[in-house]
Amino acid sequence: MSALNVNGRNHTVDADPGTPILWALRDTLGMTGTKFGCGAALCGACTVHLDGQAIRSCITPISAAEGKKIVTIEAATDGSDPVGAAVHAAWVKHDVAQCGYCQSGQIMSATAFLKSQPKGKQPTAAEIDGAMAGNICRCGTYARIRAAVADAARALA
Amino acid sequence: MLPTHIDPSELPRALQRLLAAGQPDEAAAAALPRRSFLKLAGVGGLAIGAFPHLAMAQADGAAKPAGALKPTQQPLAFVQIAANGEVTVTHNRLEFGQGVQTGLPMILAEELDADWSLVRSKSGTNDAAYHDPVFGMHLTGGSNSIKNSFTQYRELGARARAMLLSAAAAKWKVDVATLRTQAGTVLGPGGRKLGYGELAEAAMALPVPEKVVLKDPKDFKIIGRPTTRLDARAKSSGRQDFGIDVKHPGQLTAVVAHPPVFGARLKSVDDAAARAVKGVKAVLRVPLDRGAEGVAVVADGYWPAKLGRDALKLQWDTAAVEKVDSDKQLAQYRELASKPGPRKFDADMAPLAKAPHQLEAEFVFPYLAHAPMEPLNCTVKLSGDRAELWVGTQSAGLDAAAAARVLGLKPEQVSVHVQMAGGGFGRRFVGSSDYVVEACEIAKAARTAGLSAPVRLLYSREDDIKGGYYRPMHLHRARIGFDERGKVLAWDHVIVGQSILTGTVFESFQVKDGIDATAAEGMREPYPIPMRLTVHHPKVNVPVLWWRSVGSTHTAFVMETLLDEIARSTKQDPVAYRMQLFGDKHPRHRAALQLAVDKSGYGKTQLPAGRAWGVAVHESFESVVAYVVEASVKDGQPVLHRATAGVHCNLAVNPRSVEAQVQGAAVMGLSMCLPGGAITLKDGVVQQSNFGDFSVARITDMPEFAVHVVPSADPPKGIGEPGLPPLAPAFANAVAQLTGKPLRQLPFNLQA
Repeated sequence: MSALNVNGRNHTVDADPGTPILWALRDTLGMTGTKFGCGAALCGACTVHLDGQAIRSCITPISAAEGKKIVTIEAATDGSDPVGAAVHAAWVKHDVAQCGYCQSGQIMSATAFLKSQPKGKQPTAAEIDGAMAGNICRCGTYARIRAAVADAARALA
Repeated sequence: MLPTHIDPSELPRALQRLLAAGQPDEAAAAALPRRSFLKLAGVGGLAIGAFPHLAMAQADGAAKPAGALKPTQQPLAFVQIAANGEVTVTHNRLEFGQGVQTGLPMILAEELDADWSLVRSKSGTNDAAYHDPVFGMHLTGGSNSIKNSFTQYRELGARARAMLLSAAAAKWKVDVATLRTQAGTVLGPGGRKLGYGELAEAAMALPVPEKVVLKDPKDFKIIGRPTTRLDARAKSSGRQDFGIDVKHPGQLTAVVAHPPVFGARLKSVDDAAARAVKGVKAVLRVPLDRGAEGVAVVADGYWPAKLGRDALKLQWDTAAVEKVDSDKQLAQYRELASKPGPRKFDADMAPLAKAPHQLEAEFVFPYLAHAPMEPLNCTVKLSGDRAELWVGTQSAGLDAAAAARVLGLKPEQVSVHVQMAGGGFGRRFVGSSDYVVEACEIAKAARTAGLSAPVRLLYSREDDIKGGYYRPMHLHRARIGFDERGKVLAWDHVIVGQSILTGTVFESFQVKDGIDATAAEGMREPYPIPMRLTVHHPKVNVPVLWWRSVGSTHTAFVMETLLDEIARSTKQDPVAYRMQLFGDKHPRHRAALQLAVDKSGYGKTQLPAGRAWGVAVHESFESVVAYVVEASVKDGQPVLHRATAGVHCNLAVNPRSVEAQVQGAAVMGLSMCLPGGAITLKDGVVQQSNFGDFSVARITDMPEFAVHVVPSADPPKGIGEPGLPPLAPAFANAVAQLTGKPLRQLPFNLQA
């Protein structure tokens, strides 16, 4: 039994402590917004926030989340978090998604990145690319991702 | 996805019989409204009568289909109008990123005169109503969706609008000619006004008109307007469900140990440790695609299933199967290239020997995996004499037929719920229905083992990358003779590569005289070149498949880099050279290239030192895409900085979607050029396993990118694929300008 705090709620998960957070979310808690892409921290589709840091939930065991707070795409874009809301709005405005499968992870990476920026600082193009380089989009939505991250940063400034 | 040149009129009777089995068109036409509504109601899990959409509530047969109309022409299977005015359009394709989920409703809503803000979209099933109207089968591929369903969806919308008008005329007791529609309302004399939602119940009970008048394209309000995708919000908030997210009570997950070599069988299985993993319910030996065997670990979630698979101790028998080695394979292909073979084109090669300029070139293209972001999956529920499948498939009908064969059912006993898919690029349309059959074999074995819950087969990324069905490896050889002005006097060309269509339902009419049409598509045309083209199709133990833009993934590269080389060696501008070859016979090629040239600043802007222009243009799926790019070489690696696309796809239904598709296809084309863009084999085993060693383009590889579309009101052509083929050759041509050395291998290797 492991205790997990997900989006502000405590859950008890009956799974091996080595189980990746991804599968506890998807298969045990039924929260499928976080996606499985590679299982090896190579594509970023499974990105969630652990105590505010963007992590790859496919390789991070639930034992590493004990006593910490997990935030997933469901909470980041429900309007309660201004940065997540700005990123969500920019994603819709720029019509970023194609198949959309990787976009939960893209949005979680973008949100963590913008939260890490000093208030009022507009990130450079290279900084945006650097922050998003761990997230693969096989549909190739990168041009719109760039535009959406920059737009969200402006909206938050 | 799918060959360019399939002529649906050539669909063999065998295929049509297979597809029609259980779905006879005439019977379906007569029974459609009720049958479809029942099925549709089942999809949503909603009881008839409780469903808010009035059309559904009318399922007891008030609606009278026009007898002469096919199921694909009956609006009732495609349009539901709720009392509150919401219009739900059912699309007949797999939505896997290309945007048909929005584009098809736009087309229908245009003729319906719907209020776009009230339009919703949903996916169809393997019901015959959702056949491609041209091919007569369930099909998402060949960039056909908008092209083949444009008129269909316009007519569906126009029929539904006519029924709404008739209902209003009856209600107001006025002549229908005095009425008009506007954004989801019917307007009548004396300021009369009713919303579609208020009329839907009466309208849907009326006869369906056969003949309808369609709008003049100049009156389009929705078609042609840049429109945000209907799924944009759901896909920007984790709320969009995909096939992988299907969840039934008690559902189990299966992970399969596939053989290390394609087609290998099991010698021994020790599953004691696997069975001991907490959560593992069963370990099942199952037959797999291509006569292979595997072991499925069925558990109450992916992670225990995966741990169970890791704990299996398996010995494989690979003695009976060919163990491919990429290096040896290339040597064999070279040997084959020098032998005589079947000819796709012929021409007099006598001028070759005495041509003033001669060029010899060899090109090598590796196997490529599709690697859609959503790992392949299929959920199967068996109950009584029925099977239900939830799968993101490009070919619901073929998959249903395959499932029926495995499960000993009739095709009509199989329902396929087409799920939103996380990419596909061709991998979700497999002649053998490989992963669907695998899922059904597991479900069958699980039932035998006493497990009655639905089972979801889920591939790991490693299963996907190592799982075959690749874009085939190809070798091209060219010997070209040309004069001082770059006029080609003779071009002797050889292609060696596996046939994609041999062994599929398309073989009998798409493999002619030993040549697979997909291997040669994109060769020669539209250039006036005397070409002799020989094609060899070796048999190799590696499953191959169409991959976004199919033959053009390699033929465009060969054609466009060689022509550029001829232009360079005769000191001609590559744009002017191509324009002269197009002459006045290819206005769409000219327009696309000219637009890219104009918008890029080519020939006007001075590039910074170390950068060069590259140009390529290619037609595929009846659309032409031209790129003008800027590239440099940094630390021995080619870098793409900027790309400007000129696109001629006729009418752009949703220009925002066209831009997205061209950008996306270009990124996939860029991935072919970058290090890690290859699948190789050694001793029969695929050497790559995940995105670490089969790498695809990332945001840091993305050039500055602009897409420009040539204005046109002609009926739309394909756009999901045509953006891919010319990207790599344009990039290569820019690099060759810088290095003076042509690139003839993908991925690029400047050291080669």
